[in-house]
Amino acid sequence: MDLLISLIINGLATGMLIFLLAAGLTLIFGLMDVLNFSHGGLFVWGAYTGVFTYIITESFIVGIMVAILTGMVLGFLMEKLIITPVYGNHVQQILITLGFMLVLQEMIKVVFGPNAIPVKVPDYLAGSWEMGEVIIIKYRIFIIVVGFIVFGVFHYILTHTKIGLIVRAGVMNKEMVQALGINIKKVFLFVFMTGAALAAIGGMLMAPYSGSIYAEMGMEFAILGFIVVVIGGMGSFSGSLLAAILVGLAGSFMAYYIPFLSLAVNMILMAIVLIFRPQGLFRMAKE
Amino acid sequence: MMESLLKLHNIQTHIGQFHILQGIQFEARVGEVSVLLGRNGAGKTTTLKTIMGLTPASSGSITFLNEEISKKPTYEIANTGIGYVPEDQGIFAQLTVEENIKVAMRKETSEAFERQEYVLTLFPDLKKFWKKAGGNLSGGQKQMLAMARAFVNDSKLLLIDEPSKGLAPIVVEKVMEAIMEMKKRTTIVLVEQNFFMASRIGDTFTLIDDGRTVHTGAMNELISDDAMKHKYLGIG
Ligand SMILES: Nc1ncnc2c1ncn2[C@@H]1O[C@H](COP(=O)(O)OP(=O)(O)O)[C@@H](O)[C@H]1O
Ligand SMILES: [Mg+2]
Repeated sequence: MDLLISLIINGLATGMLIFLLAAGLTLIFGLMDVLNFSHGGLFVWGAYTGVFTYIITESFIVGIMVAILTGMVLGFLMEKLIITPVYGNHVQQILITLGFMLVLQEMIKVVFGPNAIPVKVPDYLAGSWEMGEVIIIKYRIFIIVVGFIVFGVFHYILTHTKIGLIVRAGVMNKEMVQALGINIKKVFLFVFMTGAALAAIGGMLMAPYSGSIYAEMGMEFAILGFIVVVIGGMGSFSGSLLAAILVGLAGSFMAYYIPFLSLAVNMILMAIVLIFRPQGLFRMAKE
Repeated sequence: MMESLLKLHNIQTHIGQFHILQGIQFEARVGEVSVLLGRNGAGKTTTLKTIMGLTPASSGSITFLNEEISKKPTYEIANTGIGYVPEDQGIFAQLTVEENIKVAMRKETSEAFERQEYVLTLFPDLKKFWKKAGGNLSGGQKQMLAMARAFVNDSKLLLIDEPSKGLAPIVVEKVMEAIMEMKKRTTIVLVEQNFFMASRIGDTFTLIDDGRTVHTGAMNELISDDAMKHKYLGIG
């Protein structure tokens, strides 16, 4: 029982981190039809700028805020300079965003140094609760709670505000949205910057969870993010949460019970979904 | 002669390497219904898309309210006061009827809500299915929703592409009545293959063939010109 609970909590926490990365990815794909392989760069830049701020100011919260800011600024520049010129061309998108991903990753080493940097959980989130046999690590719960809050806030925005409505409508039919008088480029930029900020938060939250940050962490997580986008259905926000949790849990359980499969399990999950539901679990029907 | 609202002059449009429109001209005057006629594949839909900037013209001019709009992006064209009802209706399938209209409503003013109320009296079905997903509506209801969406803003011009397509005769009748009502408040450019409907609603016609305007005039002329109807529309 105690084992089960800790595997679940572990899986949920990992799932939430992947969700933060995948949420932006799926909306960017769904709305803008853009394959953004440099999304992981936002994750790692969020982690580094946030962690350095955290180390200097000794405030984890300020660190998170700086990570968000980094995500938004980088997102803005990326959309304007890298993405705008390649709208509508997938091959160019893959090449330029993959290239930019490597640039972002190498820049980390140039700016912050090549070595992994250890990160501690802030005091007030450190330690664990003991409930009988079960040990619950506080920081994991923190990640899960933040993940659900982010999901709740954005789900509300998507379903209850005008801009959210426009984003959803844009995922279904871009041309029509423009023909109704909406400047979709502005909406794109908004979504891109929001997605970038979410990825940066993910990176920052990841840092104390894994105990250290390193330049390649972005690439590693971006791959999980892409798997989640495919499983959840490209363009589906709720789908990305569900798929991220699934991937997180599968990874956590496999790592314990069948360790040699723990890396392959995500690929297997993706293959199963692609065979039985190629549009993903939640793919929106395009009108 | 009434005031000119929209004027297309020698419009050429390319889609990819295809030269689709090769000289479209016509004029829509305030308060009139101008009907675009022509065989399947003649270029009627492309003409409307070109006005909306969705397939921008490669040359020629489009003036709306005495302003050149052919180089503007689609959203700006819409915001100059043009409502568009595409051939496939462009309903947001997963949004409800209410949300579809809400996306379209540019300013949530009391005037806009009055127009919404008015449009719902034209299409009571929409009110009945207010919370239903657009994708689950019948063909006729989708058509009505698309028209309501275009009408809810204070559009000076509506572009409506084949509203009767694929609808049962009794539904066509309803749609036609609604267009007649809308006509009292706004100017309309209508693509319509159903000649009976076109001739009853239209004030003027423009005949398009192979991407070119071949004739334009008062609807009455066409009604009595059997030779022209036969040549370009295959009727009469
Ligand atoms: N996206 C496109 N690519 C290539 N050809 C197109 C495209 N859209 C329309 N066409 C061609 O342009 C011509 C005019 O089409 P359209 O404007 O839809 O005609 P209509 O509405 O009068 O039936 C047709 O020959 C059609 O095949
Ligand atoms: Mg057509």
